[in-house]
Amino acid sequence: MILNRTKKLNTDMIALSNIEKVYRTSSIETLALNNINLTIRRGEFVSIMGPSGCGKSTLLNIMGLLDEPSQGTIELDGQRVASYRDKELAQLRNQKIGFIFQSFHLINDLSVVDNVEIPLLYRSANGKPRQTYAKEALEKVGLSNRMKHFPKQLSGGQKQRVAIARAIVGNPEIILADEPTGNLDSAMGNEIMNILQDLNNDGATIVMVTHDESMAKRTHRLIRLFDGTQVQ
Amino acid sequence: MLTNYIKIAWKVLLRHPFYTFITLFGISLTLTVLMVLTSFLDHLLGSHYPETKRYRSLYIERMVQTDSSRTSRNMGPMSFRFLMDYAKSLKTPERVAICSVFNTSNAYVGSQRIKLGTKFTDADFWRVLEFQFLEGKPYNEQNIANGDYVVVITDKFREQYFEDPTESVVGKNVEIENINYKVIGVVKGSPITRFFTQADVYFPYTAPKSNYQTIGLRGMYIAIVEAKQKSDFKAIQNEFQARVSRIPLPREDNGFKYSVLEVGCETYMDNFLDTFLDGGSGPKAIFTTVIVFILFMLLGLPAINLVNVNVSRIMERASEIGIRKAFGAPIRTLLWQFIIENLFITFIGGAIALILTGLVIYFINTSGWIAYADLTINLNVFAVSLLVCLLFGFLSGVAPALRMSKLNIAEALRG
Repeated sequence: MILNRTKKLNTDMIALSNIEKVYRTSSIETLALNNINLTIRRGEFVSIMGPSGCGKSTLLNIMGLLDEPSQGTIELDGQRVASYRDKELAQLRNQKIGFIFQSFHLINDLSVVDNVEIPLLYRSANGKPRQTYAKEALEKVGLSNRMKHFPKQLSGGQKQRVAIARAIVGNPEIILADEPTGNLDSAMGNEIMNILQDLNNDGATIVMVTHDESMAKRTHRLIRLFDGTQVQ
Repeated sequence: MLTNYIKIAWKVLLRHPFYTFITLFGISLTLTVLMVLTSFLDHLLGSHYPETKRYRSLYIERMVQTDSSRTSRNMGPMSFRFLMDYAKSLKTPERVAICSVFNTSNAYVGSQRIKLGTKFTDADFWRVLEFQFLEGKPYNEQNIANGDYVVVITDKFREQYFEDPTESVVGKNVEIENINYKVIGVVKGSPITRFFTQADVYFPYTAPKSNYQTIGLRGMYIAIVEAKQKSDFKAIQNEFQARVSRIPLPREDNGFKYSVLEVGCETYMDNFLDTFLDGGSGPKAIFTTVIVFILFMLLGLPAINLVNVNVSRIMERASEIGIRKAFGAPIRTLLWQFIIENLFITFIGGAIALILTGLVIYFINTSGWIAYADLTINLNVFAVSLLVCLLFGFLSGVAPALRMSKLNIAEALRG
């Protein structure tokens, strides 16, 4: 994939205004996010911290267009997404965002290379270039020798590196990472963090949810949430 | 993309062998039943030995005589004379064969009785029908005009009657109902399901007990009208009906006075349905509805069951759906993925069904349940089976796919 990160670093990549998220059941309403106003600039590496259940993952899901806010507006790279339909949202996610999850979320029935290829499947990329890009991404995370392996044959750290390869294979401008080091020991966590920092140095905008202060300290900015409200 | 879907479908199949067994068992059993049924219908209604020209043949099988008050009627086959006068002389067809309905006779080998099915036919019978002569030849107009006591027999009767079936029997005599006939030819027998042609012994219509000289319109004969091409059917039917309509009415046959006379000249299918569904379009519609209902039960119920199995298995794959959606799969693409997966599974079931059908058909053909049965998986049957596979895969794939593709991504990822 050809890098296209020539825009100025000072422009806004993600802008959230008055975001509110309410989970409703028949008897209970839970306010997960309350009046969040947040701007993340292009090329920034931001971490989000807060106690369990404070809305960190919900906020990340909303940024990544995986969930809809109950109220408020989202702008991604200057595009207001409120009126976007499923197909347009899918396209935006596919082209602009890469996701890394705490529990990796690899498809166990597919090989490492097939897992990494997934975002490219939805860009109508042909089989041959798809494999080339997937191989390149795996090389970046140091796993090109595990291409034909299946997720069950990998360690936690290797799985997370596959997940990172999948997140970056389409060269997205934004990487959203939900506790990417949460299931790893500190050495492996550091390794993953190094990869993320390298990606950020290459120009990717990264938002990372974490519980780990030491990891958060390695990012440009820290956002703290408490009970669905931004406190820092 | 397709390879990716098929890889996943294959892995999903391997993941739960028991579910896979249940799914494939359901699909293949249903398809086998459907394919055997289709094959049997094709055997019953299609153009097969010796009625290979059935697709361009019309059948004059019964006459209906109704009295003026429409309270009583007589129906059945016709006299030889009627068919000679009104069918044989038609101008539009290629040719017309006349033969009797199925009769029975006895022959004896020593003290052992052989029950025979017999038919009296004209010479054109052997031209309209394409019997395979294993030895000898058919009788012709000359044999008939001479009143020769000759017969064409089937290979089965040859085996039963003659001591050495490998030896030629042409020119040898067979004694049927105490009369000696010379065997002029031996044919491969016709399956019992082909009512117009099936018999063990074929006599010229001038042979004893043929009743070909019966006076009156009713008798024991039927006619097979071979058209030059299928498109001539309408013209032949019009020509025939125009002739029949010139018969003066009312008239009397064997003491029954009637003022309405109907004689059908129909395709094999219409004639077949009329035989079972006397009474016009109403019963035919009911029959069609019943057939559609049975097909629905055969096809629809397993499909609904499969939908249920699929829907319950879907939740296992919530995470995969979440991942695919997160990385840019639109709903429509996911829908196709799951439909393709289901079609793939259905085609595997279809392939198993094809093998099972082959085995069942082989068993039917060799078991002797239906004499001379020649059920096949021909192109028509295969096309119907493929269509059924597609429909089945689609039916059982759409509902689960719709449900899956609408899953909220965040919830799907949470599992």
